[in-house]
Amino acid sequence: MTATTVATTPGTGRDKGTPLLDIRDLHVGFVTQNGIVPALNGVSLTIMPGETVAIVGESGSGKSTAAHAIIDLLPGTGKVTSGRILFDGQDLAATSGKAFDKIRGNLIGFVPQDPMSNLNPVWNIGFQVEETLVANGRAKRGKDVKAKAITVLKEAGLADAEIRLKQYPHQFSGGMKQRVLIGIGLSSRPKLLIADEPTSALDVTVQRVILDHLATLTGDSGTAVLFITHDLGLAAERAEKLVVMYKGKIVESGPSLEILQNPQHPYTKRLVAAAPSLASRRIQGSHRERAALDQVVPDAAASRVTAAPVITVEKLTKVFQINTGKLRSQPFTAVDDVSFSIPKGTTMALVGESGSGKSTVAKLILKLESATSGSVTVGGKDINKVSGRELLALRRQMQPVFQDPFGSLDPLYNIGSTIAEPLVTHRVGSKKERHARVLELLDQVALPTTLIDRYPNELSGGQRQRIAIARALALKPEILILDEAVSALDVLVQAQILALLTELQSELDLTYLFITHDLAVVRLVADHVSVMRQGRIVEASSTDEVFDSPREEYTKELLAAIPGTGIQLGV
Amino acid sequence: MVWYIVRRILQVIPVFFGATLLIYFMVFALPGDPIIALGGDRGLNPAVAAALRAEYNLDKPFIVQYLIFVGGLFVGDFGTSFSGQPVSDILAQTFPVTLRLALLAVTMEAVLGILIGLFSGLRKGKLFDSSALVVSLIFISVPIFVTAFVAQYIFGVKLGIARTTVGAGAPWEDLILPAVVLASVSFAYIVRLTRTSVIENLNEDFVRTATAKGLSRPRVIRVHILRNSMIPVVTYIGTDFGLLMVGATVTEGIFNVPGVGRTLYQAIIRSEGPTVVSFVTVMVIIYLVANLLVDVLYGFLDPRIRYAK
Repeated sequence: MTATTVATTPGTGRDKGTPLLDIRDLHVGFVTQNGIVPALNGVSLTIMPGETVAIVGESGSGKSTAAHAIIDLLPGTGKVTSGRILFDGQDLAATSGKAFDKIRGNLIGFVPQDPMSNLNPVWNIGFQVEETLVANGRAKRGKDVKAKAITVLKEAGLADAEIRLKQYPHQFSGGMKQRVLIGIGLSSRPKLLIADEPTSALDVTVQRVILDHLATLTGDSGTAVLFITHDLGLAAERAEKLVVMYKGKIVESGPSLEILQNPQHPYTKRLVAAAPSLASRRIQGSHRERAALDQVVPDAAASRVTAAPVITVEKLTKVFQINTGKLRSQPFTAVDDVSFSIPKGTTMALVGESGSGKSTVAKLILKLESATSGSVTVGGKDINKVSGRELLALRRQMQPVFQDPFGSLDPLYNIGSTIAEPLVTHRVGSKKERHARVLELLDQVALPTTLIDRYPNELSGGQRQRIAIARALALKPEILILDEAVSALDVLVQAQILALLTELQSELDLTYLFITHDLAVVRLVADHVSVMRQGRIVEASSTDEVFDSPREEYTKELLAAIPGTGIQLGV
Repeated sequence: MVWYIVRRILQVIPVFFGATLLIYFMVFALPGDPIIALGGDRGLNPAVAAALRAEYNLDKPFIVQYLIFVGGLFVGDFGTSFSGQPVSDILAQTFPVTLRLALLAVTMEAVLGILIGLFSGLRKGKLFDSSALVVSLIFISVPIFVTAFVAQYIFGVKLGIARTTVGAGAPWEDLILPAVVLASVSFAYIVRLTRTSVIENLNEDFVRTATAKGLSRPRVIRVHILRNSMIPVVTYIGTDFGLLMVGATVTEGIFNVPGVGRTLYQAIIRSEGPTVVSFVTVMVIIYLVANLLVDVLYGFLDPRIRYAK
């Protein structure tokens, strides 16, 4: 295959007429005991040389399956059942085994989703870059390959590449690992780069830097890029062409802006409407009569501050001792002199990147960690001064909801017992009353009561997060601490959960502390925003103010990093 | 890393004293008088018995006996057996035999176990895999003395290709059959451990990425699957080597191997305090060293442990 392909490359590479990748009516299925379960049903798409195309869809839509099918990396039971994948004139669907080794890495680069798990932990970075270069014939073993590896890493944006070569993946941050993986993916100057959610595990500001860098690199070398993403805003910002997938089918495709401003298919319409990065207003609960007021008085949010605060945090500081050597340790200030208060019935968002200390604040408020100094007052009581019975009573008022709906539910407890657990722990009601309460709660979070004796693994991510919210509401708390509660969910599900939270807030007069790294979501739910950086609150004001006229440079940076902010929507 | 090793060595000290004291006490507390037993049916002259007791310090209180023994250990004196042979001489004769036996067994079980485990894991659910699982289950569930007798009967008696017992000087060729028997159980465990480990690593993201990078299938298997799968297996093999070094009493007994296990067994039967305690002391040290080596090796295989502070 190689000789002819390589020979014709320069000609076809410049010619905009012939597509680099031409997928025609691709069907992919997974072999199970009950026969073949289809995952892709007749997918067709083309990518021109040097073009950037994004496949957008939620989890389970088949977008990753499509990407993996192109480079023959489908998991064991998956196989192409029919269709053609023409890459530079060669049908990849009919290629396999050794012939494919010359395509993967060499002509088609791949940047995987999760930088944490995609580098082998037992080999150093240099080794993993060098073996790629050797395998693709870009360098001979020895000195040459080391120099090449340094170039690759430097291009990928690791300035101190020489030292980095000898280090291991666990010594790298997520962003640095992703740079390494991008470097590896582009090391052979492939004609096509497949990037499968390359930045979804990273902070927004890191995401932007990395995507900018990726765009520069692929632009310089004329590499075509196939983006796989769930983030419509990101896709529209980074790709010239969008392909929207739903349940294994392409429902819509075309130029990015056109799709965003004038979506045709109902699914695309829903997706555009739900994309938090593109929306601009707070969701209003139906019980909330302030909705109308908000639009008349722009500063309505500020006026709510007059309501008595439910949580008051004053000069909160937390210092951890970090082990630095054999017996030495170093103080590390995770939370530094943080003060804020949340009025009853409102939502305050604590925004920051990983390591900013936002989750530590949540733990301090929940008294899962004790503060080094400062005070937290909940409902008029200083939580550091209460203990025993009183603390238990205080805990009933505050309930947490965590990020990972898969990890926070016990797989051995059915839904009924999961939701009833706080009631049992706090000895609330009789068995019968508890059962009634569980049914009521399921109803509140808009889940059918038939779920009561199902188990978490039978539910979707969105359903699980609803269960987690129901559990948090079981004790009729006044405050919910939502720690990245919607970050792990698909956009459409995310939108539903956010709507549910808003609805519950207005119905039950709940107070939310909403902890997130995602500023886009903040706009949808928060009344007030506090931006945290390195343990300190750098900016705090009403949501509208933060979004419309941010004062701090850092806040501006965060805002600019939200993908798709610059795009004007036609909806 | 150095600090880590030093700490592990320091941990050996209390284990050493605890183990020797305990063993010394258990031998001391064994019913029956070893000196009278030496005399057999005729009985010993009381004067001779007293002299023997004094010679072996058996007339002194327990704790004094123990201290004399431990003091001797530090100057290389492991005591004397009832046959008048210094225990250090017996150690010098028996340990090399056991070492050779253990090396043979470990080499066989490691090479075959890892290879079969690897292929089994790569062909999960296929005929080869199922057969390997059944065979390993048989080896695990059949007691080792049954395996030993069956091996003796088939290879020694029926086929006549191996000697049923080990001859004088324990030549390598005689040690092969007992080594095969010794290796059988651990081989089965290594097959299963490697298989599980390989299956786990096969599904790792970095393995898929390695393929996506353009590496050939054999290289992906060798560098990214096998290497990572070796971490738990090496731990097991190291511990197993320690176990084999301290003697396989049953197997050495059946094949009449003049190694540590058989000698220790005979010493226990004869209530030879110094011999038993010295042997066990050396065994404890060997076992501790083997474990230490496993930990160091673990750090070598897994950089996350090596660099952990």
